[in-house]
Amino acid sequence: MIVFEDVSHDYGGGPLFRDVSARLEKGSFHFLTGPSGAGKSTFLKLCYGELLPSAGKISLMNKDVNTLSRDALAEIRQRIGVVHQDCQFLDHLSVEQNVALPLSATGRPVAESDVSDLLEWVGLAKRADALPPTLSGGERQRAALARAIIAAPNVLLADEPTGNLDWDMSQRLMSLMIELNKMGTAVLVATHDLQLIRFAKSQINARVLRISRRKLQVAGADL
Amino acid sequence: MSAREISRLVVPRRGQSVWLISLSAGAMAFLAVFALALSVTSAQLARTWSAALAQTATVRLAAPPEEMEAQTAIVLEVLRTTPGIESAHVMVPDEQAALLEAWLGPDLPLDALPLPRLIEITETSEGPDRQGLRLRLAAEAPGAVFDDHTRWRRPLAEAAGRLRSFALVSLGLIGGVTAAIIVLAASAALASNGQVIRVLRLVGARDRFIARAFVRQISLRAGLGALVGTALGMGALAALPQAGGGVHLLSGLGFAGAGWLLPLVIPPLAMVLAWAASLTTAFQVLRGVT
Ligand SMILES: Nc1ncnc2c1ncn2[C@@H]1O[C@H](COP(=O)(O)OP(=O)(O)OP(=O)(O)O)[C@@H](O)[C@H]1O
Ligand SMILES: [Mg+2]
Repeated sequence: MIVFEDVSHDYGGGPLFRDVSARLEKGSFHFLTGPSGAGKSTFLKLCYGELLPSAGKISLMNKDVNTLSRDALAEIRQRIGVVHQDCQFLDHLSVEQNVALPLSATGRPVAESDVSDLLEWVGLAKRADALPPTLSGGERQRAALARAIIAAPNVLLADEPTGNLDWDMSQRLMSLMIELNKMGTAVLVATHDLQLIRFAKSQINARVLRISRRKLQVAGADL
Repeated sequence: MSAREISRLVVPRRGQSVWLISLSAGAMAFLAVFALALSVTSAQLARTWSAALAQTATVRLAAPPEEMEAQTAIVLEVLRTTPGIESAHVMVPDEQAALLEAWLGPDLPLDALPLPRLIEITETSEGPDRQGLRLRLAAEAPGAVFDDHTRWRRPLAEAAGRLRSFALVSLGLIGGVTAAIIVLAASAALASNGQVIRVLRLVGARDRFIARAFVRQISLRAGLGALVGTALGMGALAALPQAGGGVHLLSGLGFAGAGWLLPLVIPPLAMVLAWAASLTTAFQVLRGVT
């Protein structure tokens, strides 16, 4: 679904990583680790077309990102759920409306019960009518995850989705992502949290990718 | 929540641009009402005065009622036998009323006035010997006066035509300025809502949806502002003191009868203008944002 071929990225101050090749297949589960500043968020942004590669080729849903029209990219994004590291919302709309946005803003029908079930799952049922600026860091992450998966995407990209959460809630969200993965969604989670990776690997077959020294490597089985 | 409902909500209803749009659309609509009234009134004046001009000359006949018919016959006979005159035509009271209306307004009780009879002359290209004709008329029909004074109306008719052009140019300028303000306000609205655009992009909304969300708000504001401005302008026109006589252009500035419907096109027009201007701007801005 997402294919990198010899991709390099450079913000202008020298390449962040070079000649990266990777495939995120349907139904796969990947973690992405690496030191802070290694380029994990950058890698994720390349995965949904927010950034274009400096060199090499990236295909999203079998289409070359470099040649995508704006509408075609929008259509692809409707099939990719994203949890940003800094979760952004429409601050004047309620959590519930924000979570439903991927459906309502793309002309797809919204089932109120789906939204409330999902909010229940991520523990935000009581905050459904709250405005995003009044949420805590952890609540924001949970709302962002709910928004990312409301439209049952083919791919879920999550950047540190459990960074501000306690272990119970982290497990809960990870379980949700695992459920989604079992239904065929390709999942890529950038995280530092080794405990979380172990928790997931105990339940599914997840691969761990690591960015270090400008390369993308498959991490060893010790994790 | 449907796409339609959400598209109404995604752009926050705040910011100065909202006020800027309503206020300027209102002010422009107010001005447009006057420009429109001026154009309609001056067009009417130009038409009346030009019509009067085409009848290059008239004979004004004042006589006691019982002698009127006889004198008219004499004058017509004189005119018929004068070289340089193609035809002569006795004006019926309605025609006379129409001519006077431009000057005195439509509500004068003409019946009550001792009006002279007017005989309209169409001259040949050479025209008559004016001095000779005056003398003949003085001799045969003492109450008749040959009058080619309509010529002095020519500059007036021209001025009215010019005034109409000014009014139309003003309408054009008002439209142009409105469009420019909308473009500025739309850019400001898009620039100050970067996060809204980023979030909508992230969830896969197309440019068309994002643009429409902004455009809808802007054109509604513009339409609403223009509605208020138009209403105020029409109110001000209706409240203009209607002088009984005197300079009709001042006292008569405005619309007559169904003409009052004309300014009602201003608000929808402002809305369409705002829609077009903001849509173009929105697409242009969105194309520059990834
Ligand atoms: N828009 C940008 N322009 C220039 N440099 C950038 C930009 N975004 C990120 N960088 C730089 O690229 C490097 C990688 O950033 P990135 O956010 O991908 O790291 P990360 O692996 O996600 O780090 P963290 O674990 O702290 O989130 C950093 O050094 C960062 O300063
Ligand atoms: Mg990061």
